[in-house]
Amino acid sequence: MIKISRRAWLGMAGAAAAAGVVGLPPLQREGRAAPLPPRELIRLRNFPNVVLTTHEGEQVRFYDDLIKGKFVTINMMYSTCKATCPLTTANLVRVQKLLADRVGRDLFMYSITLDPKQDTPEVLNAYAKTFGVGKGWKFLTGKPEDIERLRRRLGFAWANQEMDKNKDFHTGNLRYGNEPLMLWGAVPGMAEPEWVSECILFADWPQNLQKDRQLIAQAKSRRASAAERAAPMTPMTRDHEHH
Amino acid sequence: MRLLKYRLTKRQLDVLKNRQELIKAGISRRDLLKLGLMTSTGLLVEGLSVSRAFAQTNTTVSRSTSQSCGTRGSSLCVISPPIQPFLDLLPTPRDGTWRIQTPIALSPAPTVAPNTAAGEGRTIAHQAFTQFPPQKFYGITQKAGALSITSDPTIAPQNLWGFAIGTPEQNNPINVPGPLYVEHYNVPILVRNYNRLPPEGQNGGFGKPSVTTHLHNGHTPSESDGNPCNYFEIGQFYDQHYPNVYAGINSTHPGTGDIREALHTLWYHDHRVDFTAQNTYKGLAGMYLLFNDKDTGDELTGFHLPSFPQYDIPMVFNDKVIDPSTGQIFFDLFNLDGVLGDRFLVNGKVQPVLHVSPRRYRFRWLNTGPSRFYQFFLTDLTNLSANNTFWQISTDGNLLDKPYQVSSSRVSVSERVDVIVDFTGKAGKTFYIENRLVQSDGQGPSGGLFAAGQGDRLLKIVVDGPVVNDNSQNPANITAFYGFPNTTDAVRATRTFVFQNRGDWEINEKIFACDDIRFRVLRNSNEKWTIQNEGRSWHHPAHIHFEEFQTLSINGQAPATSPLVQKGRKDVARLESRDTHVVYFRFRDFVGRYPIHCHNVVHEDHAMMAHWEIVDTGADTNPRP
Repeated sequence: MIKISRRAWLGMAGAAAAAGVVGLPPLQREGRAAPLPPRELIRLRNFPNVVLTTHEGEQVRFYDDLIKGKFVTINMMYSTCKATCPLTTANLVRVQKLLADRVGRDLFMYSITLDPKQDTPEVLNAYAKTFGVGKGWKFLTGKPEDIERLRRRLGFAWANQEMDKNKDFHTGNLRYGNEPLMLWGAVPGMAEPEWVSECILFADWPQNLQKDRQLIAQAKSRRASAAERAAPMTPMTRDHEHH
Repeated sequence: MRLLKYRLTKRQLDVLKNRQELIKAGISRRDLLKLGLMTSTGLLVEGLSVSRAFAQTNTTVSRSTSQSCGTRGSSLCVISPPIQPFLDLLPTPRDGTWRIQTPIALSPAPTVAPNTAAGEGRTIAHQAFTQFPPQKFYGITQKAGALSITSDPTIAPQNLWGFAIGTPEQNNPINVPGPLYVEHYNVPILVRNYNRLPPEGQNGGFGKPSVTTHLHNGHTPSESDGNPCNYFEIGQFYDQHYPNVYAGINSTHPGTGDIREALHTLWYHDHRVDFTAQNTYKGLAGMYLLFNDKDTGDELTGFHLPSFPQYDIPMVFNDKVIDPSTGQIFFDLFNLDGVLGDRFLVNGKVQPVLHVSPRRYRFRWLNTGPSRFYQFFLTDLTNLSANNTFWQISTDGNLLDKPYQVSSSRVSVSERVDVIVDFTGKAGKTFYIENRLVQSDGQGPSGGLFAAGQGDRLLKIVVDGPVVNDNSQNPANITAFYGFPNTTDAVRATRTFVFQNRGDWEINEKIFACDDIRFRVLRNSNEKWTIQNEGRSWHHPAHIHFEEFQTLSINGQAPATSPLVQKGRKDVARLESRDTHVVYFRFRDFVGRYPIHCHNVVHEDHAMMAHWEIVDTGADTNPRP
């Protein structure tokens, strides 16, 4: 049986980190100091503090300004996407309405473009207007290499290389989470808006549990009773190859 | 692959120095080259490959690793520190190191209707409580605790979530795996499940303190099944009524049930919608054994299978990553492919040791995931060419028609296999349960096998126990267990389920929602389902709650019994690349809502699930729900 010493292991793990792989945080790489708290580790591994620009032209830092201390949703899209994105955006507008008084107050929605070269702040602003996006929901663009880093660290990525190259495969899921509570989940953005809302609220502050339940129950009963909601959502046509 | 040619960082220089150490450790330059750790000119390749190759070579703990380590998908490059293997004894029920659940009196007394006033989180009345009044009552408390997973002094006790025996007031320590239920058919029980997990924000990085405990494989009324959507919160309790009856008891075999539906090896685990992977990885899983007058637990009676607990040893396998930055288990929160570990635990200990006598044993193998598939072989390192066969007697909870002699068994997430291993004449020898299935990311195994001795040795078995009587039956002489029920009765509906990735996880191009009942099955009717994996990359262990199916065909062929046993009754269709399974169901006795879902729990948590319902009126025949 091959045995590798602790020193060799430390060296190799450190090399991985030095080469830019998401690995050990710097303190541990140097082999000093007390373990970092888990929240800090999640920040280091998953939330690069890159500079992004919102559809309103504001410069923001991803972790400091958008994630830290917040209850959020994150998805990826691009304005020229013909398949999932427009339907998902429209669906998330319904979600935003369902969660009305929360979004912008203590729940923040972020849509990051997968096509930062095309999707300038102006393009994203027009896109947001087209869909009637309300307050508390930012569309974000940035340097392509920063966007790619965010994409992978936030897990809008697949191990299947062929699929991973196809932007359309990164537009399906909506991340929801609460940074201080270290609660992170995901739901397909095209699920029923009531269900998407319910899932998002799984990461809500615990003191809102009863209120959230009432909100969801009301949303469901409204849906059940609303005749105009009878038409089912248009089934999507997605010509993805399957893997 | 980019080569690092000139500018070496300090860190990479350290690695170069470490090369000497690696070589001293027994890895040759040729090995390094082969693994892509070093180029032919003697330079190290860039960090990505270094760590990946490292993980592959580190056989002290993981050969078939785990980490694609930042190279593919969203996998983070978090590699466990070395852990000395084979230091700890396998916890077993035979010596009390795996605790057996014990009955208590419950106060307030359980009620048919949910006892909301007393803090019960259940919302649906028990449907079979009066018909099968519980004869035993248990309390079980889900809470946090610290447990040692190894005696290696460099690894700290792990902060886990587990099941403590009894009520919160009893304040017993947690168990991971949870306490073992040892139950008998026709002895209905009631389990009061208390949620006393720490509040949000104190999860150590992952896990949601909101739970629902599923009894996997149970013929259980829906409200007690542990449905993903029947979760309950901190401070609440939930009563689960397990009738422990054979399917058919209220239908085809009134009053007795069909003994051919007997289940023997079940397990329980958290099933909280969207958080099952995190919560089970954190420790919320245990086993549940069911005996009857054939599989008695006494080798002097019934089928004469090795006696419980002395010679009948349940084994829970799972893989974890220990975060070197915290010394605690690490969960890759943002990975959607599936999560692999690079350290292997059996019954909660890293690569433990089991001492046995030279006689027959029954091992019950369970894979609790989250995403790894295993293929278990018995390896003798002193004779790698030996074919160490054993007898597979079950698939999932169900005994086969008879024992089959095999060289290996494949177990995907949530599957179970019971085997009889004969150590007669093997005194003085050492064997390993070795996983030889190659899998390098959460999608599924690549299909290849490591050579004998080159896989991951998960459990060391030393045949150094005293010579003892063996009154168990030689499996070669067991010609029949119960036999299988027929699969020729007319079916009411034929349905197809396609498991697929369309940028998210879906079944039949649809997305899960708790309230979306996709189809309705008539109580006491038969159905034939085709369950398909549309994908090549991803494998999906498709689990259907409530009812065992019988496999009719796999990819058009009758299910095989060699080299892997595919025949039989199961609750998980192991959908490998592009597989199509056709299966036969009888939905009997109880009504209510159940899911079909992928048991790669990362896929399940991201909507690869569908709800259906057993009903008396309003059943449909939707062929592709």
